[in-house]
Amino acid sequence: MKKNGVFSRIFMGLVFLFLYAPIFVLIIFSFNESKSRATWTGFSLKWYQELFQDSAILNAFGTTLLVSVLAAAVATVLGTLTALGLMNMKRKSRNILLTVNNIPMTNADIITGVSMMLLFVGALGAINATLGTNFKMGFVTLLLAHITFDTPYVILSVMPKLRQLDPNLMEAAEDLGASSLYAFRKVVLPEIMSGMVNGAIMAFTMSVDDFVISYFTAGSRVQTLAMVIYSMTRKRISPEINALSTLLFVIVLTLLVIINLRQSRQAKAQAKKEAVLRGASPDSELERY
Amino acid sequence: MKKLLSVALVCALSLGTAVLVSGCGGSSASNGEVNVYNWGEYIDEDVLDAFEEETGIKVNYTTYSDNESLYSVLKSGSGEYDVIFPSDYMIARLIEEDMLEELDFDNIPNYDNIDSDYKNLEYDPDGLYSVAYTWGTVGIIYNTTMVDYEITSWDALWDEDYSGQILMFDNSRDAIAIALQRLGYSINTTSEEEIVEAVDLLVEQKPLLQAYVMDQIFDKMEAGEAAIAPYYAGDAITMIEENPDLAFCLPEEGSNLFVDAMCIPKGAANKENAEAFINYMCSPEVIAANCTVTGYSSPSTAARELLDEELANSTIAYPDSETLSRCTVFTNLPEDTLALYDSEWLRLKSE
Amino acid sequence: MKSKRLAIPYVIWMAIFVVVPLILVVIYAFTSKSGGFTLENFTGMGTYLKVFEQSFLLAIIATVICVVIGYPLAYVMAREGERFRKIAMILIMLPMWMNFLLRTYAWMSLLENTGIINSILSALGVFKLINSIFGTSIEYFSMINTSGAVVLGMVYNYLPFMVLPIFSVIEKIDSRVIEAAQDLGANSPTVFRRVIFPLSLPGVISGITMVFIPSVSTFVISQLLGGGMTMMLGDLIQTQFLGNAYNPYLGSAISLVMMVIVLISMAIMNRFGDGEEGAVMF
Repeated sequence: MKKNGVFSRIFMGLVFLFLYAPIFVLIIFSFNESKSRATWTGFSLKWYQELFQDSAILNAFGTTLLVSVLAAAVATVLGTLTALGLMNMKRKSRNILLTVNNIPMTNADIITGVSMMLLFVGALGAINATLGTNFKMGFVTLLLAHITFDTPYVILSVMPKLRQLDPNLMEAAEDLGASSLYAFRKVVLPEIMSGMVNGAIMAFTMSVDDFVISYFTAGSRVQTLAMVIYSMTRKRISPEINALSTLLFVIVLTLLVIINLRQSRQAKAQAKKEAVLRGASPDSELERY
Repeated sequence: MKKLLSVALVCALSLGTAVLVSGCGGSSASNGEVNVYNWGEYIDEDVLDAFEEETGIKVNYTTYSDNESLYSVLKSGSGEYDVIFPSDYMIARLIEEDMLEELDFDNIPNYDNIDSDYKNLEYDPDGLYSVAYTWGTVGIIYNTTMVDYEITSWDALWDEDYSGQILMFDNSRDAIAIALQRLGYSINTTSEEEIVEAVDLLVEQKPLLQAYVMDQIFDKMEAGEAAIAPYYAGDAITMIEENPDLAFCLPEEGSNLFVDAMCIPKGAANKENAEAFINYMCSPEVIAANCTVTGYSSPSTAARELLDEELANSTIAYPDSETLSRCTVFTNLPEDTLALYDSEWLRLKSE
Repeated sequence: MKSKRLAIPYVIWMAIFVVVPLILVVIYAFTSKSGGFTLENFTGMGTYLKVFEQSFLLAIIATVICVVIGYPLAYVMAREGERFRKIAMILIMLPMWMNFLLRTYAWMSLLENTGIINSILSALGVFKLINSIFGTSIEYFSMINTSGAVVLGMVYNYLPFMVLPIFSVIEKIDSRVIEAAQDLGANSPTVFRRVIFPLSLPGVISGITMVFIPSVSTFVISQLLGGGMTMMLGDLIQTQFLGNAYNPYLGSAISLVMMVIVLISMAIMNRFGDGEEGAVMF
């Protein structure tokens, strides 16, 4: 394909400006001296100081991270097992299950949230009535909901990897005397690892970004960051939140840059090695990078 | 890349746990907790810290935006609350639907600080379920640099000259009440015709509005984003403090006088802690602190004496008896009228 | 490891947390406030026809805008060198890690009458210029609290969901297919029309799904940028579960109808797009 002309580049630039304009606004106003969201009154770091003393926001941030990581971890295990099981199923039953699996992904968030709230409230009501306990929605229901909408993403990213896998590999390993667990660990796992990691990242991202489903399933005791922000938008948002998002932005950006640098360094090293092996001048190969 | 990501994930997890533990850790060995569900911008938050320190009871504090949302949340059974702050008519509704616990006043000795005028009111005639928190009126707050006349009537909210600069209540009871008053009807009417006529008036108003708001009003009025809005008198005081160009008017057609009180919802897990909290909230110093921050009016003469002179004598917070005589208290409406309110409200909002 | 039993835990999980909740929604939809069976929740829904119309209209507009911006963007991105492509991908995904409520809230600061855009325009003397030319006396553009602002919020939040699947499909198109077409005498527009576009269609379809569904059901964007003036289906549903007109039965009925309409339109579209098993976005 041909390279892009000036117009295409300008177009890209404009779209990225559109995507980042509000983020720049957030970042700039995290350094604003006053509470105002639109008038600049002077530089200050006080919102960052206050952020680290605000236990409500920090707790919500902790809850968000905890629920996202736990949900992503459980979803990765559950999803991988399921994908393995699905591969051994008849096509018809597999398709039915995959259709159900698609529901939480394609259904509107609000319906997923509302329907799970009906389930949790109903089930907890029944449990409390029979056992005389007083369970209410909270971290556990929040986690269950997150696992439910995370797992489909893991399954969908592991399945293609399993399809690419040579079905005879496992058998060969077992014929050579490996126990099936050992064979799985040594043969299958390395092949599907990238799918699992992708699925885990996607699950984590979905959990961090979610507001609607959490809003309906978290009850009143636990709040994720998104829920705190929502309740703030009902009155006024404290610039502490701007400070927090600026920090998050910087952390994620750094992480991504590091990952990419490492990757391109690895790629470079790889190219160099290949070039040396082939006896060619390394420079010509490296020009691409 | 994978390794790095797993490292990142582990970091995130441990960070999350650390934040959680440090956040809750300090109070884990305390005397239990109390889940407080209050209106937004309706308390001096330092009071919560002071209460935790004094009693060792941890406060989980969350907020709602209006009585009807409070009702939904309670009814849906999705939350867990020990103390709530409904208004008069909502208290009556909650009592009628058996959704409140009777209070044990032995645990609330500070109840004596509340004036008898705010005890055993119509919504809770035997005074079994509620302890008054604050009271106030509803009026119009407007920006004097943007509006060039003195507002005296609800008509201002329909003034086409200020199209796009008017805000309106985002809850059915307050919004419909204004339309009813403008039409000269009772705010407690059960006549279907009158209510429909009032909502028609609101439909007519909708094109002139900038937005339906609750507490978002603070930002919008203080920044001069909007010119005219109806809201609660106490909040008007808070806004005028931030932006002296704002003024408040209690319309001549009359208005709503409300009392918000503390109650304990049925089945609350920490009833005794809730009573301890309510008791704490009734000490004159605490009432004064809350009234100072929120601008709302104190139901306790002892607390009013502790207030800053300016606030204690404010005619917005404490209108004279002639003005008060123009105000009506909401009563709980019969079930079919409530259903009509809900469906008419949705008709307006979906128009 | 040949066992299909490995899938059993998740099958049970789905039954409890996916299927049962949806059944509950159906049951609620046919229940009256007093607890008996009723069809009233559906028969009375005509009142909300306008909300349905408005939600679908705005969501369709947002989706079309996303295609119009997202497709060319994905296309030009895919034509860049590897390094640039990677950076562009990161730039598209990065905002998703910041909470969407915050980003939407930031748009409020930009769009308000006294907001940043109007302040900048005013400082540049734009309004003076307009007023002197047209003899008007405007001091700001009304942007916030309009349907336009709601559409903008949707496009802004869901554009990445359109770009990513299209990009990943176009990126994977075998360059030899394109070369073959060119060798056979096709000019660039023809190559695009006959080769690239048909091959990228699955990406477009999954992009449309991923933009349309959250748009049609949003309740936060319309509250923040629409000022409660534009009611969407999501608002209508939320109002009845945790908002200020409690009626979960009606709320369930509306959810059910919305779900059915969405499912039908998705089925039609997937047929049209030759039913690819949910092209994944990353």
